[in-house]
Amino acid sequence: MLTAMLGEAWRAMGANRLRTFLTMLGMVIGVGAVVLMLAIGQGAQYAVAQSINSMGSNLFIVLSGFTNAGGVRSGSGNAPTLTVTDAEAITELDGVETAAPVHQGSAQLVYGSSNWNSYVIGTTPAYLDVRSWALVDGSPFTDSDLRASTRVALIGKTAAQNLFGAENPTGKTLRIGQAPFLILGVLAPKGQSLDGRDQDDVLIVPLTTAQRKLFGTPFQGSVRAIMVKAAAPEVMPAVENSMNALLRQRHRIRPGQDDDFNVRNLTAVADSAAETTRIMSLLLGAIASVSLLVGGIGIMNIMLVSVTERTREIGIRMAIGAREKDILTQFLLEAIVISIAGCLIGLLLGIGGAVLTNLLTGTAVIISGSSVIVAFSVAAGVGIFFGYYPARKAARLDPIEALRYQ
Amino acid sequence: MSAATASADAAAVIEVAGLDKAYDTPMGPFPVLKGVSLAIHAGEFVAIMGPSGSGKSTFMNILGCLDRPSGGDYILDGKHVSALDKDQTALLRNRTIGFVFQGFNLLPRMSLEDNVALPLVYCGVDKEERRQRARELLAKVGLGQYAKSLPNRISGGQQQRVAIARALVNRPRLILADEPTGNLDSHTSEEIMALFEELNREGITIVLVTHEPDIAQHAKRQVRFLDGRIVHDAPTHHDLPAGEVQPC
Repeated sequence: MLTAMLGEAWRAMGANRLRTFLTMLGMVIGVGAVVLMLAIGQGAQYAVAQSINSMGSNLFIVLSGFTNAGGVRSGSGNAPTLTVTDAEAITELDGVETAAPVHQGSAQLVYGSSNWNSYVIGTTPAYLDVRSWALVDGSPFTDSDLRASTRVALIGKTAAQNLFGAENPTGKTLRIGQAPFLILGVLAPKGQSLDGRDQDDVLIVPLTTAQRKLFGTPFQGSVRAIMVKAAAPEVMPAVENSMNALLRQRHRIRPGQDDDFNVRNLTAVADSAAETTRIMSLLLGAIASVSLLVGGIGIMNIMLVSVTERTREIGIRMAIGAREKDILTQFLLEAIVISIAGCLIGLLLGIGGAVLTNLLTGTAVIISGSSVIVAFSVAAGVGIFFGYYPARKAARLDPIEALRYQ
Repeated sequence: MSAATASADAAAVIEVAGLDKAYDTPMGPFPVLKGVSLAIHAGEFVAIMGPSGSGKSTFMNILGCLDRPSGGDYILDGKHVSALDKDQTALLRNRTIGFVFQGFNLLPRMSLEDNVALPLVYCGVDKEERRQRARELLAKVGLGQYAKSLPNRISGGQQQRVAIARALVNRPRLILADEPTGNLDSHTSEEIMALFEELNREGITIVLVTHEPDIAQHAKRQVRFLDGRIVHDAPTHHDLPAGEVQPC
């Protein structure tokens, strides 16, 4: 019986091909738009999630304060208020997993005939733990390198490619100014940071080396920033409070006086970035859903016309024994077949569009199984929802009236 | 139910008693049938006649379970129709009654075979059997070679034969024909009526609405309506002696 009715739905659709195609087009565009928008939205979410993961989890950055010289205020991180001992004290706090002082700047790296300006981070071995940063080759520097201020370095992928090309940098020596640095290892690629900076264009050296031999410090042991990793997301607010208290006490800041440092919760920044993309992708999906709704209304419209046109046919069917539910099923099936066929074509177009977007713009797109399933079931649902009213109208026709209809 | 009909009219296919039908109009109810009583027995061939507006079409619609009476009893094949719900009357139309219409009423986009098989779709007969029975009946009405054609490829008389095949496909006890020759020329009409007579000889009860006296001559019994009442009910004169027509 169902196969017979599917055959009839097919026949009815074939009887007016252009109209069926135009009706279907509404669904095609709706589903295509939903699939494409979800793919782009999820791609964006994925890209942000990648950046967040590369940053490291449960991170704070403590920046030193600014200078105020004769009313000219410099930016955060320029006053030499934080020290290596601050970092050591923070490490001792409850809920802090580890902390690394950072003293960074940029420098011209030279290897053989190539040179490259890169970002140089002076820090302690703990930094790799804080940033969850692995090495793909070689080994990290150690506390003894820190104590001896040896000229050793870890190199990021981008900097390595620009200086060494296809060569393996491990064990090679590059120069900064006249000072030679031995490359101990190569860092795993991290890609873009949330603000779009290339995190792999970097050279990591021992903190003391950076302070004494590269950038100098206003005071012995002062650093520009401290990166802190909390043990778990839940303890982050408590850690933030205790860090503030600790640093105020260590820096002898009286109550009511401004902090001379600045604590930022990077995870919160990351969360808000993730939230932004999530809302963006929801919005894209919602806008695309409107076209699905419009497609559904198109189906309803055409089904109503079809019921009117086929009033006499309905009367004949009733006279030869069709029950109300047979007529209902017939018209409902027709609406569902149209919407599902439109949905399948729309899926293909949406996936094709997503692949094309990726090829043309390089934007990350993700076509997830769930978005396909959602689009498909929404399309079937739209068919049932918008097909039901016309089908019920057909089923409730009075057979005598319907037979008389010309 | 059968208790009501049991002793006197055991073989009655149709039994109506005191049937009323009124349509609601802005000026109040408009009576179309006024206390119609009639019994039709298995194997009868009845012509229902009368001028336009006499109520004969309304009467046919009620007999066909397409319309419901305002009052009175209608017992079809032993079942009180007024006690049945819509699905049950649909089942009666499907199994017990075969309809033949003036305008043939074939579905234009379906092959003749599919048209004939359509009633079987609604009682769940499988595809192979549907095809087989449709072919059988098309052959019976002499159109076996057109099974795959569309209705608009054949003549009106042939379309009416297909419609009769469709009416027969579910082996009904009763055929209701509403002006079946109204759209046909006299020669074709004779052919169609010959087909009805043949079916009647095979034992199918036939009720036919017509306003043409020579068509009614083919029936064994003639019932005439006027103003919602039966004014004449007698065997057709020069057909068979009355005694052989009247059952029981």
